[in-house]
Amino acid sequence: MKKSIFKNPILPYLLVAPQLFVVLLFFFWPAFDSLRLAIFNVSPFGDRMIFVGLDNFIDLLTSPEYYRSVYHSFIFSLGVTFSCISVALLLAVLVNQKIRGLAFYRSAILWTFGVAPPISGIIWLFIFHPTYGILSYGLAQITAYEFNWLLKGWIALVLVIFAASYAHLGYNVAFFLAALQTIPNAVVEAARVDGAGGLRLFRSITFPLLSPVTFFLFIMNMVFSFFETFGIIHAVTQGGPGDATTIMVYKTYVDGFVHMRMGLSAAQSVILMALVTFLTVMQFRYTEKKVFY
Amino acid sequence: MKKAKAWMVFVLMAGALALPLTSWAKTEILWWHAMGGFLGERVNDITNKFNASQSEYEIKAINKGGYADVLTAGIAAYRAKNPPHIIQVFEVGTQTMLSSGAIYPVYQLMKDQGIKIDWEDFISVVKTYYSKGGNLYSMPFNSSTPILYYNKTAFEKAGLNPQVPPKTFEDIEKAAKAVVSKGAAKIGFTVSWPSWTLMENMHTWNDQPFANNNNGIAAMATELKFNGKLGTQVMELLTQWQKEGIFTYSGRAARGDQPTINGEAAISLASTALVGTMARTSKFDWGTGNLPKLSGYPQGNSIIGGASLWVMKGHKKEQYKGVAKFLEFLGQPEQQAWWHANTGYFPLTRAAIKALPEDHFRKNPNLWTAFAQITSGKTTPNSQGIRLGNFVAIRDTIEGEMENIFSGKKTPKQGLDDAVKKGNQTLKEFTSLYK
Repeated sequence: MKKSIFKNPILPYLLVAPQLFVVLLFFFWPAFDSLRLAIFNVSPFGDRMIFVGLDNFIDLLTSPEYYRSVYHSFIFSLGVTFSCISVALLLAVLVNQKIRGLAFYRSAILWTFGVAPPISGIIWLFIFHPTYGILSYGLAQITAYEFNWLLKGWIALVLVIFAASYAHLGYNVAFFLAALQTIPNAVVEAARVDGAGGLRLFRSITFPLLSPVTFFLFIMNMVFSFFETFGIIHAVTQGGPGDATTIMVYKTYVDGFVHMRMGLSAAQSVILMALVTFLTVMQFRYTEKKVFY
Repeated sequence: MKKAKAWMVFVLMAGALALPLTSWAKTEILWWHAMGGFLGERVNDITNKFNASQSEYEIKAINKGGYADVLTAGIAAYRAKNPPHIIQVFEVGTQTMLSSGAIYPVYQLMKDQGIKIDWEDFISVVKTYYSKGGNLYSMPFNSSTPILYYNKTAFEKAGLNPQVPPKTFEDIEKAAKAVVSKGAAKIGFTVSWPSWTLMENMHTWNDQPFANNNNGIAAMATELKFNGKLGTQVMELLTQWQKEGIFTYSGRAARGDQPTINGEAAISLASTALVGTMARTSKFDWGTGNLPKLSGYPQGNSIIGGASLWVMKGHKKEQYKGVAKFLEFLGQPEQQAWWHANTGYFPLTRAAIKALPEDHFRKNPNLWTAFAQITSGKTTPNSQGIRLGNFVAIRDTIEGEMENIFSGKKTPKQGLDDAVKKGNQTLKEFTSLYK
């Protein structure tokens, strides 16, 4: 590594100072504030605070409701991650071929990335709506089962998984497409000479070569579905029916801003913070080394 | 080049400084409210009227979303030391606001500003609800109560008498069955604001306690009681109807308004505040009636919902003068009468009722329904209102458990027991904060 090229020893610190200031102000300060709030019982308007030690954490870890939200979070996140990765991979492979109208297909597939998650939620809400949704109507024609997400928890969960996956599909396709184009032609041709067909080629060459990107996307999708899907849930199900779509982030919001139990909410955000830290460490540690092959 | 750039920056900055100067002429007063759509337009009408009536103050009415969003935004703004002057808070936020220490009580504000308002003239149900120790803490604004709506066109199609609204649960059952079996409407029966219409008002209307200490009016409530006989009976009946296909759950908060307004539901329970919207927009014949009674219970009264206006602490004296003038304006009989006739909310003072044209209620029977209901009901300790600490959370809990009941995850009794248990925890936490 090269040694410092700055003559003035203070200059580099000055140069990073603005960035550092932003990080401290918008990341560290709120994070420390959550840590502080988590050990208090706070009144809605913040005028009264009672020190309660670890009570908020004990409340959480002994409440079946909290575990349900953890469970819902994992079902939801794995659902989103799995459907995003598999559909995106399929689409990426398809648009990586030399076909007519390629530019159109590529942009058509990528532009879902431009749809804000809550908008995607509303789109799917209309498609799925029990009284006027086209999908519910179609399903009602072929089955006797009532696909009413206002009442059936698992349908509501499927609905928000669809909406979240739709919003994040473009992102996945973009990464897969880029990765597909880095696969050297020589390797593919060599395999063809050895007599590998399309499926075999994909299984033995393409997929293993994509594994670092797949792993990266796995982490990114988990982070996305854990932390950035609040808007979808809020716009579509508001965590219901019952608490069937109340994922951890949504519960943190409901407890803090609807039920106005700031301390309890802060305790949950501390747990979420630990989780996101863990995921980020995983990503840094493993995506750099080329996993699995 | 450099000079030109410097000049441009200067001109831009000067322009930016000059912009707010033009609006300094009037004292601006911020009002955050939750009235969207049709009602939001009426709010703009009334603020425009005030702004045009004088030149010192300018009321800026801003819609911050639904009721819960406005309260959340208000709290966040207060904590950031930048609250609006006036905030509209729904009735379930009343105890939270009373205890908050963040408000400037309206009776105090009016006294300090030397504005005389005849508080005794306010109708009593409304006055008691927003008062502490006999003094009004917030300005009553849009008070409502739930009533029954029914689709006359669908009734006719189903061979029912469209002139007679269902009066009891048995009536609803019969009518909904007829309507659904004849295909006259998609939905037999539904409700808006499920906790408000089915739990809170069913208890007060049938004179049963919802919480201890007279539902929290006599003293801070510590124990919820809606998992008793009546509550369970209502939920059992509805799950039964749901199985028979004559009751449809439409979702939390105001989501049930939609099937009422567009005529999908033959019968529904919703706020009287829909009357204005329905009169303007619905393309079918409709009527209203009193809340349904359950047989075997005494007559109580329905309670008020809607919202009141709270004045926030932390502003300048001359601004409070404008706030007081605006609230005084809203209390004037003419404004009250106009607001009532155009929206469906109650006229709040006796003077306002007198200011209405003599044949007003005869001409507008649907505006009369809520009024007749609340004035004919019997006000008892169980039915003068429900005021709970952190009622927002408790209502959310109730609606969550209702969903568990309607989805068959829990029995009615079990769901209500769980709601009471969790609600009591919320009350305990609230009272421990405000000891």
